[in-house]
Amino acid sequence: MEWITEPWPWYVAGPLIALTMFLLLLAGKQFGMSSNLRTACSAVGCGKAADFFNFDWKAQRWNLTVVAGAIIGGFIASNYMSDNTVEISEATTTELSQEYNIDSAGEAYLPNEIFSTDHLSDPKILLILLAGGFMVGFGARYAGGCTSGHAISGLSNLQLPSLIAVIGFFIGGLVMINFIYPLIF
Amino acid sequence: MRYLSYLAIGIFFGIVMFKSEAASWFRIYEMFRFDSFHMYGIIGSALVLGVIGIQVIKRKNIKPLDGGEMSLQPKDMSVPRYLIGGIIFGLGWALSGACPGPMYVLAGAGFPMILIVIFGALLGTFVYGLLRSKLPH
Repeated sequence: MEWITEPWPWYVAGPLIALTMFLLLLAGKQFGMSSNLRTACSAVGCGKAADFFNFDWKAQRWNLTVVAGAIIGGFIASNYMSDNTVEISEATTTELSQEYNIDSAGEAYLPNEIFSTDHLSDPKILLILLAGGFMVGFGARYAGGCTSGHAISGLSNLQLPSLIAVIGFFIGGLVMINFIYPLIF
Repeated sequence: MRYLSYLAIGIFFGIVMFKSEAASWFRIYEMFRFDSFHMYGIIGSALVLGVIGIQVIKRKNIKPLDGGEMSLQPKDMSVPRYLIGGIIFGLGWALSGACPGPMYVLAGAGFPMILIVIFGALLGTFVYGLLRSKLPH
């Protein structure tokens, strides 16, 4: 039963993600994990402020249901199927420790140095998390999709727009980690 | 019944995200430092199967179980929208170490701080909705 608690290798995870996409297609839906943010905004009345949120959000309740499932899945996996540590490459582990004083690689699932609730009173960490989330939400709607909608669904359907978006994702990610991280952490 | 199947698909997806470590900040950092094949292997193998499967669906004209049309509409072509939006998304993905799917998975896994990221993502979605007509698409 070790395979349950051990991390799943890429050649198991990748095919299971493709399976998720096909299950949703068979249900008549498209695999994408960010349009639910628009649905949620619409459901709480943002349509009064912007037309973008004036649509029949009740027809999109399915994507909020998938979100509820993902939350439950995270609960099940972390509580019953994992020791909640992530081993990464030795070079990256050393680099994180030396450059950024992040020493929890191999000991935690997310770095305690950022995600521990001790930082609830640390304005810098709060701002980083808020700004990161903001750019994810803004960028995903601007680009019309996120990692699942473009990098998996769109590219699987050979969509050139998705390729442009994915190139954008990587430009942004590489710039952030390689050039901006040294300035802010 | 329909909603039960969406819920089940979500649970399955959540477990896969968590167990593959694609929901871990560490894996995202490592990916953007090109220090491991792991994330590229996940996306790459999902894509190979995805491309083959969608070709099969199109050639065999497979329909969803309820008999409607497959949600495989082509996307409108544009460069600024996808490139600028994509870059902003990538900056946020790397800064928070989470994209939208994993955010929810991490909330369920019991990381309260991720709620700040989710709140930020909702705020970003809302501000996009406000500015939409002024942005190049």
